[in-house]
Amino acid sequence: MSLAKLTMQKTLSLALTFALCAGAAAPALAQKTTSQGIDEYRAMLADGNPSELFEAKGEDLWKKARGPKNATLEKCDLGQGPGVVKGVFVTLPRYFADTQRMQDLESRLVTCMETLQGLNGAEIAKTPFGKGEQSNVTALATWIASESKGLKFNLPQAHTQEKTFYEVGKRLFYQRGGTHDFACASCHGEEGKRIRLQDLPVLSQNPGDGVGFAAWPAYRVSNGQMWSMQLRLNDCYRQQRFPYPGFGSNATIALSTYLGVNAKGSVSVAPALKR
Amino acid sequence: MNTKISCVIAALAVALMEVGCASGPSVAELNTLTDSIIKASFRSEGIAKVERVTATDETNRACSQADVAGVPLDEKTAKAIEESNFKSIRWPADGQFLGDWKQGEAIAQSGRGLTWTDEATGTNGGNCYNCHQIDKKEISYGTIGPSLYNYGKIRGVNDPKSPEAKLMVEYTWGKIWNAKAYNACSNMPRAGHMGILTEAQVRHVVALLLDPQSPVNK
Amino acid sequence: MADPMRIRAQAAGDKATVRVLMSHEMETGQRKDAAGKIVPAWHIQEVTATLNGKPVLSAEWGPSVSKNPFLQFVVKGAKAGDKIAVTWKDNKGDSRTDEATVA
Repeated sequence: MSLAKLTMQKTLSLALTFALCAGAAAPALAQKTTSQGIDEYRAMLADGNPSELFEAKGEDLWKKARGPKNATLEKCDLGQGPGVVKGVFVTLPRYFADTQRMQDLESRLVTCMETLQGLNGAEIAKTPFGKGEQSNVTALATWIASESKGLKFNLPQAHTQEKTFYEVGKRLFYQRGGTHDFACASCHGEEGKRIRLQDLPVLSQNPGDGVGFAAWPAYRVSNGQMWSMQLRLNDCYRQQRFPYPGFGSNATIALSTYLGVNAKGSVSVAPALKR
Repeated sequence: MNTKISCVIAALAVALMEVGCASGPSVAELNTLTDSIIKASFRSEGIAKVERVTATDETNRACSQADVAGVPLDEKTAKAIEESNFKSIRWPADGQFLGDWKQGEAIAQSGRGLTWTDEATGTNGGNCYNCHQIDKKEISYGTIGPSLYNYGKIRGVNDPKSPEAKLMVEYTWGKIWNAKAYNACSNMPRAGHMGILTEAQVRHVVALLLDPQSPVNK
Repeated sequence: MADPMRIRAQAAGDKATVRVLMSHEMETGQRKDAAGKIVPAWHIQEVTATLNGKPVLSAEWGPSVSKNPFLQFVVKGAKAGDKIAVTWKDNKGDSRTDEATVA
C-alpha cells in the first residue's frame, strides 16, 4: 500500500510539474536543446492520451440508436460498404456514388446522421465546433480514425472527381490571400522551417509517417480540446486571416484530398497528441 | 451549393468524354473550378470579409499561379509587380523613420489582429517573431524568414540620421511597409500596405532594427 | 452522469501497473470568462482505488491538476484477473466509479 502511495505521489508531482509547465520551454537552454526538451516533454505526455476518452464516446455514439429515426450508425457507408469502419480513415476523402460528390470523414458522418438517424445535417454543419452534435461528429471521427491507427494512407484516385479534387486542392494550397498574403504554402511549403518553436511539415509532398494529415484528429493539450481535421483546417484559415471556410465545404474537402493523396504510404497515428 | 459544384464537375466530365478526351479537365478549367469552389465555400465572418479570398490582388494571383506551376515568375512580370508595389509605399509623413525600439519589440512579439475572432478596434501586432529571429534574448523565434539579429550592425548603420544610412533606413521602412516592392513573390506580409500596422507602429519596428541602442544591434 | 474513465491494469510479476484516464474539466476557479467573471471551481477533490474491494490508494487533488487527468500507479500483490476500481469525487458532489480487470 505504501509503495502505491509513494509511486502515485511521484507520478502526481511529475504530472503536476508538467501540468503547470505546459507549453513553457526552459529559457536557459540552447536552441537545439530546447527543441529536444519539448520533444521529450511531448513524448512523456503521449502516455494516457485523452483522445481515448473521445474514442470511447465515438464508439458509443456509433452503436447507440439516436435521432428521430431512432437508429444507430452501424449501417453507415464510409466508402467500403455499410458498417465497415476498420481501414476507412486512410481512404478518405473519396467519391461517393450515392451523394455523387467528394466527401471527407466528417461530411460523410453528417450524411449518415441525416439519412440513417434523421438528424438535420445543415444544422449540424452550422453548429460551432465543440458544441452539440458537432462535438458528437468529432468524437465519431476520433473513434473511426483510431480504427485505422498504424495503417498507411491510400486515398483512391480512380474517379474523375477524385483526380479533379486533388488538382483543386493543390491550387487551394498555393492560394495567397487574406490581409497577410498567406497561403498554406507560406508555412508548409519549404523544408526545415518552423513558426516560433513549432516545426512545420512540408505538405506539398509526403511529410512522412504520423505527420500532417496523418496526425489529425488530435487532442491539443494547450487548450484541452479534441480537434478534427475540419477544425484544424478551419483554424489554419483563421490564422491566415482568411474568411471562414464552411464546415464540410468543397474547399476543405479538396484541400484534404490534396494532403491525403500526398501522404500516400505514410502511417496514420491518429488520434494523436499535440501541444 | 455542393450539388451545384458536382453538377459543374459532372458536366465537365461528360463534355470531355463526348469530345473523346479521357485526360480530364484542362488547366484553365481547373482554375475556373477552383475559383467557383472558393466562392461557394468561404463566407464572411467577423471582420474577415469574403473578398479577402475572392478578390485578391494581381500580386497574389500571379504569385499563387507561379507556385502552382512550380515555375517562378518571369523577370518582366516580377519587375512590374515590384514596381507597382513600390509605388504604393507610403513614406513617413513627417520624415521620421525611427520610433521607439521598446514598442517595436512589443509589436514584433504580438501576433494579434485581423482574424475573424478579432475586433475591428483592436491593436494589431506585427507577427514578426513567428518567422524571424530578432532580439537574441528571445529564443522562441521562427525560421521562415532570415534572422534579423544585428540587423543594423551588419549593415553598418551607426547613426540612422546620417546621410550614409539614408538608403538603408528607407529600404527597411519600405520592406516592412510593402515587402513585395523588393521581391514580387516574397512570403512576407505587406504590413503597411495591407493595413496590418499603422505608420507609428512601423516607425517602432524600424527602430527595433536600426536604433544602435536596440538590443538587436548589441 | 460524468463520462466514463479509461482504466487499464497490466500485471508484471507480483505488481500491476494501473493507468487511468479521467474525463473532467478540472476548472481551477481562477479563470475569468470573456465577460470578466470568475469561472467557478469545478475539479476532482478525492481519488480512491481498490484492489478486489480493498483500498490501495487515496489522493486529495486540488486545482493544479490539469484537465482530463492521467493517473498511473503500481499496486503490489495484484495478479491477472483481480478487480481494480477507481473512484473520483469532485467539489460539486459529483462522483464516478469505474472498474477494470488486471490483464
